[in-house]
Amino acid sequence: MAAATNNGHFKVIGTRPIRHDGIDKVMGRAKYGADYAFPGMLHGKLLRSPHAHARIKSINLTKALALPGVKAIITGKDLPKAENKLEQSGEMTVNPYYLSMNILAHDKVLYDGHAIAAVAATNPHIAEEAVRLIEVEYEVLPPVMTVDAAMKPGAPILLHDLRNKEEGNKETNVAQHHQFKRGDIEAGFKSADFIIEREFNTAMVHQGYIEPHNAVGIYNTDGQATIYCSTQGAFDVRSLSAQVLGIAVGKIKVVPAEIGGGFGGKTTIYLEPLSVLLSKMTGAPVKLVMTRGEVLRATGPTSGSKIKVKMGATKDGTIVAAQVWMAYEAGAYPGSPVGAGAMCIIAPYTIENLQIDGYDVVVNRPKTAAYRAPGATNAAFASETIIDELADKCGMDPLDFRLKNGVKEGSAQVVGPPFKRIGFVETCEAIKNSEHYKSKLTGKNRGRGVATGFWFNAGMQSSATVNIHTDGTASVVTGSTDIGGSRAAMAMITAEVLGLPVTDVRPLVADTDSIGHTDVTGGSRVTFATGMAVYEAAQDAIKQLTERAAKVWEIKPDQIEFRDGAFHSKAGDKPPMAIKELAKRLARTGGPITGRASVNARGVGPGFAATLVDVEVDPDTAKVKLLRCTIAQDAGRAIHPSYVEGQMQGGTAQGLGWALNEEYFYDDKGTLRNTGLLDYRMPTCLDLPMIETIIVEVPNPGHPLGVRGVGEVSIVPPPAAVANAIFHAVGIRMMETPMSPPKLMKEMLKKRAAENAQSAAAD
Amino acid sequence: MLPDGAGPIRSGSGFFPMPTAIIPALLRKLTAGRERVAVKGGTVREIVADLERQFPGLANHLLDAGEIKPSIAISIDGEIVPGGVLEPVGENSEVHFLPALSGGA
Repeated sequence: MAAATNNGHFKVIGTRPIRHDGIDKVMGRAKYGADYAFPGMLHGKLLRSPHAHARIKSINLTKALALPGVKAIITGKDLPKAENKLEQSGEMTVNPYYLSMNILAHDKVLYDGHAIAAVAATNPHIAEEAVRLIEVEYEVLPPVMTVDAAMKPGAPILLHDLRNKEEGNKETNVAQHHQFKRGDIEAGFKSADFIIEREFNTAMVHQGYIEPHNAVGIYNTDGQATIYCSTQGAFDVRSLSAQVLGIAVGKIKVVPAEIGGGFGGKTTIYLEPLSVLLSKMTGAPVKLVMTRGEVLRATGPTSGSKIKVKMGATKDGTIVAAQVWMAYEAGAYPGSPVGAGAMCIIAPYTIENLQIDGYDVVVNRPKTAAYRAPGATNAAFASETIIDELADKCGMDPLDFRLKNGVKEGSAQVVGPPFKRIGFVETCEAIKNSEHYKSKLTGKNRGRGVATGFWFNAGMQSSATVNIHTDGTASVVTGSTDIGGSRAAMAMITAEVLGLPVTDVRPLVADTDSIGHTDVTGGSRVTFATGMAVYEAAQDAIKQLTERAAKVWEIKPDQIEFRDGAFHSKAGDKPPMAIKELAKRLARTGGPITGRASVNARGVGPGFAATLVDVEVDPDTAKVKLLRCTIAQDAGRAIHPSYVEGQMQGGTAQGLGWALNEEYFYDDKGTLRNTGLLDYRMPTCLDLPMIETIIVEVPNPGHPLGVRGVGEVSIVPPPAAVANAIFHAVGIRMMETPMSPPKLMKEMLKKRAAENAQSAAAD
Repeated sequence: MLPDGAGPIRSGSGFFPMPTAIIPALLRKLTAGRERVAVKGGTVREIVADLERQFPGLANHLLDAGEIKPSIAISIDGEIVPGGVLEPVGENSEVHFLPALSGGA
């Protein structure tokens, strides 16, 4: 584990205080969505499709409604018809028409687990029984489970309103085509000494948050609704629910509960509008909580993908051309992260000649949602494997090869604009200089692999208020759900500016009526953007406090300076006045002080990470054992190094699970077969070594404290790093995730057969 | 039609700096394959209007009801900007039209 970062002139930033919300969480007092209960509350359950693709011919609710205790049942027909139009919602683009159909199917079901009806009853058991009594007549249609099947001419069409505008407006399963081009691709490949071309496939994987989705909806007779739920973005729940329900945003209040993980998967809605509609129909609060099976079958995982990469380099190790074709599974409705994948796939490198084509493809799987650096991990698995192979061909150390071609300030991004100050080189060098990289890996069937990753990070809107209390302590209020320790970071920024101990600052996450608009906790944006709002709100409080000190001293505010938590007269003729002292006098100098700020943050600083992995492959079982893992990541500035390390370790652990075990298993009818965490195999502490972290700090010039954001990029390199390590262990290039024992064993047996045939021929 | 390329263009009285619009690859069929187009305007709205004047039909791919489509992000001089059509553009700026993103943690 890395030591604390050097916090330079800071007093609080860079230290490791205990999180403010920690005690309530370990004592079981923190309130999660499923903990909410209200008098007269009803319980809801959903009927879900057993078919991956079917037309709904009829739904008969008679028997279910007759069951004592059942209070209401809704189907897709009860939701107002939403407009078929893409809209911005927080950092996402959302089509309310598809969103509504995903929440409750209208005329077709498009994946196993697609919700069809929602029941409210006096207890969950009656609701479950009622679900069983709903009769649905289906016309079963052939499922389309892969991008290959979906893109094939004559493939069954999922959405008849999707049209291929590039080819005569025909019906299609391809929702979108992105393309990026630069230079002369043919000339680039002509100049290459080595060209590697390979095809990769990655499996659909889930974020695997421990807490299932939940919502309690209360619709009052005055037309005001309140939703309590587990979400990464209360304001997004509010706006999306308003659109799906056809009611005004201002009529809904969303109270974000504590959150048991999200990783991007809780940036959209499933249960929230249903809880409100059922409450409206019954006049009672309605609670809906998913089971694990429902989470896996019907909430948004990230895309499986097929990616073809061709890359060429000259003997001196210069990458001269890259061509990429990538198709991502969107799930049942458009919106895979293929655009982001296309912009990330070779983002760490300067390549003059390139062409990238990305396709967003609908398939009979759950609609994908964001997952930590969406689209980038699939992409890096392909490109970073090829990079490793090219380095090998050029006879270069894989990190030297990356450093030779790596992006720096001023390098053009895939899409054209130049990078500002970035830390790709510093991140690679941190790994290169690490004790891990310098150590020798010995032993049979052992190999070491390295890979890098890029993520944009995000800015967007955030609001904050800083309240000065009468005893000189403070509270900081934001609208950013705390999914990674951000409350502590917000308190630390406030404490740093106010010159207070961090224990004197209480951080709070407010509901949508109690704080200005704040976009989703996602895109690694909270410490960056909400942190910027907090910084400015604390500065605003200082400005107001300075005016009060001036009043007390009967001088002008510009004759005062604030430092080390106290106000000083510049003339030095008065003893310093600490905030605590001044706070007592607020009532008599003008009243309470609240510092405020709202930002639409600019100056986003992209993040880079490099991951180093040692593995050992069991020659008999093909099980890959992770021996050692180190990640270096550019944080810009680590506000709370422990939580930065936590993000680095968490993302790496998820990336390692993606690399080795995790995948959705569908049968030939399109039914998901691994709907529990015993079969959907995420790594446990027994599967992972201690993940060593190296925080790199290349301050982001676009942030007052140098923050970049750290939540996502750590998930990007691990699958490629593991693939490269497996190659160096057993000489096999894995081009499919997960690199699980059955898949690796198949390749090992193929290799052994080829070697045997070769030696037989030689004999 | 203005000449291809970024930065200053020659007019009768000398060089005048102008913003440059970078045309997304799939829309270059509307610009005769040109990637970089010198454009007039001090805001994104004015730039898109000038693109439409030079290449009729292009604005349809960028705007929806007068606003930048939600599927598109605007980058000016390397930074994603939130202001949409109201965003100011400097006289030497480069304006990119990128796919909008979603994030996750």
